[in-house]
Amino acid sequence: MSTDTGPVIAGRRLDSRLLLGTGGLPRLDLLEPVLAAAGPGLVTVSIRRTSSAAEGGLLATLGAAGVSLLPNTAGCLSAGEAVLTAELGREALETDWVKLEVIGDERSLLPDVIELVDAAERLVERGFTVLPYTTDDPVVARRLVEVGCAAVMPLGSPIGSGMGVLDPFGIEAVRAAVDVPVVLDAGIGTASDAALAIELGCDAVLAATAITRADDPVTMATALARAVEAGALARSAGRIPRQSVARASSPTAGMVGPMRGSVRTSTP
Amino acid sequence: MITINGRAREWAGGASVADLLRQLELGAEPRGLAVAVDGAVVPRAEWSSHQVRDGAAVEVVTAVQGG
Repeated sequence: MSTDTGPVIAGRRLDSRLLLGTGGLPRLDLLEPVLAAAGPGLVTVSIRRTSSAAEGGLLATLGAAGVSLLPNTAGCLSAGEAVLTAELGREALETDWVKLEVIGDERSLLPDVIELVDAAERLVERGFTVLPYTTDDPVVARRLVEVGCAAVMPLGSPIGSGMGVLDPFGIEAVRAAVDVPVVLDAGIGTASDAALAIELGCDAVLAATAITRADDPVTMATALARAVEAGALARSAGRIPRQSVARASSPTAGMVGPMRGSVRTSTP
Repeated sequence: MITINGRAREWAGGASVADLLRQLELGAEPRGLAVAVDGAVVPRAEWSSHQVRDGAAVEVVTAVQGG
């Protein structure tokens, strides 16, 4: 049986094409079984103010699972804010990888791509491996790669919307525009969305609330892990072209019945 | 006075970031934590030597579920 290998980002092979965002879990005790079911290549965490040593449960669980952490700059509204948050994440978690988010609008949560490119450039200069959350615009994706991003993470649909990949042609255009890994980020609702993203050419999928807010997060984590693998196998297998008319798969010769050998052009 | 995570706090000068973390009962060498003073990260290796001046704005952060 064919198996899929994980994507390579910045020279490092990840264990899985499924990346997990930890936001939205109703209970922290679900994290361990979700991690086991998802087997994620990377796990994102946010960086927030703390005043209590009692908040260490998250990192203890992630550490015990042996997963690689990807601090993010979720919620940042400017390049300056994102750069400081990324630097704090690097210091706290001892990784120079960052999922860079610069949000332009707290209602839509869409990226502010002007601030994003600025922040990405500054972080690359500071030695970060930058994975930016961006739009499905191939021109912006190319700009991000030009300033040194290690991957691009276009959105399928708005964060938390569960609408899947709204513009598959946009995702394909991003794929075609850059030679770094493409990670579909935001909008995944269920397994078929994740499989589609990989079939479109994405190297990985990041899912958070698709899993964490599902009725059964552990089972959904299993479903998405299998979906990304199925998508990768399907893509490598080479799908048949779409066509608007039927094409029989059974032999047309040798059929039984009185009407064979003539073509019916109208109902009898 | 200094501000910690946006809240004012009494502060006697001449103390370090490590002293501050002890005062906050976060421990002297807590893992998974990062500190910025006046918008610049103070590396862990400098926590004991970095003096927090009166009037400083201090951020103490950790990883939380998100993203």
